[in-house]
Amino acid sequence: MSILGTRVLRAAEDPRFLTGGDRYIDNLALPGAAHVVYVYSTVAHATIVSIDTSEAVRMPGVIGVHLGADIELGPKRSSNPRVPAAFVQPLMAIDTVRFVGELVGAVIAETKTQAVDAAEAVIVEYENLPVIVDMEVALTQGAPLLFPEAETNVAVHAKFRSGDEFFDGCEVVVRERIENQRVAVAPMEPRAAAAWWENGRLEQWACTQGVHGTRNSLAKIYGLTHEEIHVVTPDVGGGFGGKSGDYPEEAMLGWFARKHDRPMRWAETRTQSMQGLFHGRAQVQYCELGGKRDGTIEAYRIKIIQDVGAYPHDGVFLPYLTRLMASGVYAIDRVDCEVIATLTNTTPIGAYRGAGRPEATAAIERMVDRFSAEIALDGAEVRRRNFIAPDAFPYTTKTKATYDSGDYEGALDKALAAAGYEELREEQQQRRERGATKLLGIGLSSYVEITNGDGSGEYSSIEITNDGGAIVHTGTSPHGQGHYTAFAMIAADRTGIPFEKIEVRHGDTDVVPRGNGTGGSRSLQAGGSAVWRSSDALVEEAKRLAASMLEANPDDLVLDIDRGVFHVNGTPALSRSWADLALAASTQLDGGILRAAQDFEETAGSFPFGTHIAVVEVDTETGGVQLVRHIACDDAGTIVNPMLFDGQVHGGIASGVGQALFEHFQYDENGNPLTSNFLDYLFPSAAEFPSFERVVQETPSPLNPLGAKGIGEAGTIGATPAVQNAVIDALAHLGVRHIDMPCTPERVWQAITLPVLRSGGE
Amino acid sequence: MIPAAFEYVRAGSADEAIAAIAEHGEDAKFLAGGMSLLPLMKLRLATPTVLVDVARVRDLSYITDAGDHIAIGALTRHRDVETSTLLAQECGVVASVAAQVGDNQVRHRGTIGGSVAHGDAASDLPAALVALDATFVLRSGSGERTIGASDFFTGFLETALNADELLTEIRVPKAGASGFNFQKFNRRAQDWAIVGAVVATVDGAKRVGLVNMGNTPLRATAVEAALASGASIADAALSAADGCEPPTDLNASVEYREHLARVLVRRALEASA
Repeated sequence: MSILGTRVLRAAEDPRFLTGGDRYIDNLALPGAAHVVYVYSTVAHATIVSIDTSEAVRMPGVIGVHLGADIELGPKRSSNPRVPAAFVQPLMAIDTVRFVGELVGAVIAETKTQAVDAAEAVIVEYENLPVIVDMEVALTQGAPLLFPEAETNVAVHAKFRSGDEFFDGCEVVVRERIENQRVAVAPMEPRAAAAWWENGRLEQWACTQGVHGTRNSLAKIYGLTHEEIHVVTPDVGGGFGGKSGDYPEEAMLGWFARKHDRPMRWAETRTQSMQGLFHGRAQVQYCELGGKRDGTIEAYRIKIIQDVGAYPHDGVFLPYLTRLMASGVYAIDRVDCEVIATLTNTTPIGAYRGAGRPEATAAIERMVDRFSAEIALDGAEVRRRNFIAPDAFPYTTKTKATYDSGDYEGALDKALAAAGYEELREEQQQRRERGATKLLGIGLSSYVEITNGDGSGEYSSIEITNDGGAIVHTGTSPHGQGHYTAFAMIAADRTGIPFEKIEVRHGDTDVVPRGNGTGGSRSLQAGGSAVWRSSDALVEEAKRLAASMLEANPDDLVLDIDRGVFHVNGTPALSRSWADLALAASTQLDGGILRAAQDFEETAGSFPFGTHIAVVEVDTETGGVQLVRHIACDDAGTIVNPMLFDGQVHGGIASGVGQALFEHFQYDENGNPLTSNFLDYLFPSAAEFPSFERVVQETPSPLNPLGAKGIGEAGTIGATPAVQNAVIDALAHLGVRHIDMPCTPERVWQAITLPVLRSGGE
Repeated sequence: MIPAAFEYVRAGSADEAIAAIAEHGEDAKFLAGGMSLLPLMKLRLATPTVLVDVARVRDLSYITDAGDHIAIGALTRHRDVETSTLLAQECGVVASVAAQVGDNQVRHRGTIGGSVAHGDAASDLPAALVALDATFVLRSGSGERTIGASDFFTGFLETALNADELLTEIRVPKAGASGFNFQKFNRRAQDWAIVGAVVATVDGAKRVGLVNMGNTPLRATAVEAALASGASIADAALSAADGCEPPTDLNASVEYREHLARVLVRRALEASA
């Protein structure tokens, strides 16, 4: 029986993490290293008048204090060519600061404490400039500009193609302004890094989702070749997209190390992480959906306003992903999108779990509910009526996404059955009729998303050790997901080598020649498929070697997967084990090692989908919301390990519930962050969740040998609108049609107290 | 998250602690469970030059029957208050409120005296102690004095505690094992209350305390008076926010807090009837 599809425990990964054997950068010894602590801007937009470092440089243990003008490293320009050339972020602010948390100086000292004390003594004098916090204000005529020379705050803009005729013929059109609020990424491990030079080569420890990406970025900044940089990523405590960005805090360490001729290390505090690690989401969407009273959706139009923060990073790409996925699981004849991204005096926006796709799903799923309420049809029925049919795949949408495979109605039906949808609706009605204080809300979200969206390839190699085990190398970069277990399972399945004898290595540019890291839920479908391919190539290589040992034709050799041995077809008694082959390889093969390497080239992204159903209780007196059930049918193709799948879905749902009910990164009107710690920024904890109910459906992807799609972000994408819709659904009979996220108790109370009874139709 | 440098003195007894504070003056601070002070120090919002650690002063950790009241040593951990069978019998409301402070880790570290001395209107126990009209025992080098809970809390994070005084004991009336309720409304289980309402019954009369409805923990005297004059619970609860000046923050506006106070007081009164 194949090991694939079984709940193999993370035996090689977890004991170390659970017993303190983990290797996070800030815990690693680095003899002779000095400590870097940055001075951060405390104002959102200002001209730097002066920086007084005279006291700081005299403080105990201080080795150096550096300002932006000292740094001889070029800034990195946006890789989106449409972004105005003036929108450039220096590694450290030189004359202007544009958000609270921007670097204005670096203090280097013998100990961390000395560096912290000296950083407190650096006095920066600012002359304040007008601050823009609100993305819609940033777009208005005469708004203050972050880069006056560009004469605009707009980073990218792609207009609607349609005019007023767009909704002609629709019996009903509903419209809504929807905020997809700014959230913090906040991985468990804040960022940390170290750098030094060895024989002219830059050695970098990076807390990243991909060593090769970090190396390539450093190569550009330093003008070095890839060979002149060695990046190592030890254990990483969560990334969620936030650790796929390029950060100046890490990039400058090599410069300090060269200047002072010693290793440099840096680790941030939680507050700094909350202000410096790129934020996510931050869109305002103007949505319009039109259709027939029988529930047919005919036209959907969305204007996506993206706040990119003070500097253009992934924020100038994310709204295009929102546009790509705009029409979701529905066959809609007319779809049109406008994208406009603008700077504000806030932390830059980056890719955060879902990265552009949750925003698309949140909008369309909200609007489908809005439409259903308007025509007084059940939301499940309206969804069913508009789904892309199972026989329509591959299906190309109006926004030019080609969905590989899907069975949307299957996932909806399974989720509805698991939830007991009819009974829930009856209980909802009963509670309403008896005037219960705690109303029931049932929220649906049917989603489709794209994983490994750029269809990027991945590298893997596998080599046989003397004891007949194997070492797998991967270009992905795990930080909690369980790649080790999943990839060892795949290699075991393809080679017959026992799972326990397979080691997986990653996170070192000298050990793994290339790779695209972990992000966009790509690792299993691209990295896992690469392991599959390299394992198969290894088997072919092994057959040639075994054939020469058995004096047979390689074409006649077969691999007995159960025993992990090769023999000539028909004569199983005479066989060669992997250990036999390793021994033979030591004398017969170039390099003495039996190994194979393969690059898996995926042609396009795959499209996981599913339906989430959230059940909430809303307290009509306090506005409090309690999530009481959450049912998720996530179809991400073939499942390699259901336990790892559970983990991704559970964490994804938690993130989604967090955005729907709790999380919101906020600024005051002067651009001061108000939610920079876990007291003010409301991450939910386990105490806020019920047990999640996962429903299985597997529709294989035709794009890779595993049939797998990504599952890392789907939970977040599906869960968020389901929970939001549930809150609004609970209050629908009171005339409540929309509540923005997070659905806080006060917002819910206000909606109950002063329901804005909007017709929404025309 | 590294505090500014400070000196550390560990006190073995209440007398040692008081002597140490007297020696080091106004920039010295007592450290008990550290649940409020340490976060402020890590953010460098508090920068005491000397910390006098009283957490190991075991002679101030006790819950005893003192005849007409229950005496609680100031350094008794929330967890010990929560699980005290004596309190459950004689003043159940205090144990019940302690059980909702923070999370398990906080309750094992934090002390009742630390919570009182910090004087945070958003903390649960001070509001309960105000409702109970508890008495606090304060000791300094020059002697001991007692003060009523309502007089103790003087302003936003301000108390009647002098810089050289150590809160040593909290005295609560024997309010019994029933007739109380605590309604704590927050968004996450571990958070401070957005608003809290605590009801206790002392000598047959309802006492109502409010969490986070002003600069100090408050007693809803208008509600108590209405009930005493025979008003229904629903009617009495309508005056729950009378005279309050609640704060506005990210979680709630003034109007919402006032509304919550009315709802929660009503619920607490109904549940404690």
